[in-house]
Amino acid sequence: MMKKISTPLSDEVIASLSCGDQVYISGIIYTARDAAHKRLIDDLKQNKDLPFDIKNQIVFYMGPCPAAPGEVIGPAGPTTSHRMDKYTPRLLSLGLRGMIGKGNRSSEVIESIKKYHSIYFACVGGTGTLCAKHIQHSEVIAYSDLGTEAIRKLEVVDFPVFVAIDAKGNNIYINGPNNFRKYLLKQDN
Amino acid sequence: MKIVQAKDITQKVAQLCVEINTKLADDIDSVLKKEEDNEPYSLAKNILSVINENRALALNAKRPICQDTGMVVAFVKYGQDVVIKDGSIEQAIQEGVRQAYCQGYMRKSVVEDPLLRDKNTQDNTPAVIHYQVVPGEVLQISIMAKGFGSENTSALKMMKPSDGIEGVKQFIFDTIRKGAPNACAPIIAGVGIGGDFEEAALLAKKALFIPLDQHQQKPHLYSLEKELMQSVNKSGIGPMGMGGKTTMLGIHILDYPTHIAGLPVAVNICCYVDRRGTVVF
Repeated sequence: MMKKISTPLSDEVIASLSCGDQVYISGIIYTARDAAHKRLIDDLKQNKDLPFDIKNQIVFYMGPCPAAPGEVIGPAGPTTSHRMDKYTPRLLSLGLRGMIGKGNRSSEVIESIKKYHSIYFACVGGTGTLCAKHIQHSEVIAYSDLGTEAIRKLEVVDFPVFVAIDAKGNNIYINGPNNFRKYLLKQDN
Repeated sequence: MKIVQAKDITQKVAQLCVEINTKLADDIDSVLKKEEDNEPYSLAKNILSVINENRALALNAKRPICQDTGMVVAFVKYGQDVVIKDGSIEQAIQEGVRQAYCQGYMRKSVVEDPLLRDKNTQDNTPAVIHYQVVPGEVLQISIMAKGFGSENTSALKMMKPSDGIEGVKQFIFDTIRKGAPNACAPIIAGVGIGGDFEEAALLAKKALFIPLDQHQQKPHLYSLEKELMQSVNKSGIGPMGMGGKTTMLGIHILDYPTHIAGLPVAVNICCYVDRRGTVVF
């Protein structure tokens, strides 16, 4: 099913989304990948405040290419999410509600998604130029020394994703291949 | 004797690095289009159409297909009768990479120290360069911009001779099954069998340069490739691991004689954005 949503995420919106839905996101999202996640968690360990309020927000696992003249941002597709798994439960416990990346998550992350009623979206990997077209504004708001891995505040319009793991823990990386195998069996019969 | 100017190497390498990041080779291009038509599962077909839409946008804008513009790997065939003027081949290639990534607005994804990770080299160098000295006046540089989402899912195993073809097949299949969802399936697999530890890995990477429509001459390797294509595409993993028929676009196996005690096997996985190209001087 195709749905349009806006950030920040509310309980109602999260509850309305199911594994496999195609979703267009509009509003503010934040980028963070490996190095930024490590630093966020290090900041927390040192009792520092996070550089942005993550409550009800979405984090996009992404490090863009530099903007060419005339561009808001360079190609900007998702990176593989599981490298962030170690850090994710802590961020979810602090109010982060959504993530955009690609690939399956650890069982710890899936448990946290259920526990904190949050959601994991997957974006089609390798589609950097297409993703960038849906970003209308980009601003580095923290850790600028990390370059492409700095935290960016993005304003997106109809950013195209799929629900990969919904708040009930339904997981497209299990359901999708199972559904396809069932489909194949039906064809054979 | 053939004379090649270092600056010509730099210029051609720089041009190639930008080209391969913005336009896929024709063989991959046509397979991706064909698979979108042939994919029976609607979500998978939808994903393949997004993939093809993005490739058209990138080509049109002359911008990278993927924001991970890779770490550059070069295989150089360096003829014994070639002389490089006004510089070294190593510096000329590294300079080409530097210019492409800095002037071409591509992502610099290389950290200087793999453990400390505190400093980006800021120009995507150094490239990983492999040299092969050959007779004559040949100078050929093949370049790959290798994304690491897929590189991370690659594996090498020192197998036992008693594992045989069945054991090797199982190891390749398991590596692909485990890796494909995170490696931006539909993937392309390069496999190296034999040699020693590092030769197997080099063969696997070289195999990723082989066009998808070119096939193995050795019958037992050709049937192994065909069998793996079938079993992987029946696994249901599908594009991005979300289910479907199109999990793997192609697989190539290269082999090399090995020791009586050994059976090294390396599987190098690449996403569908297998960015490769060659310049000849």
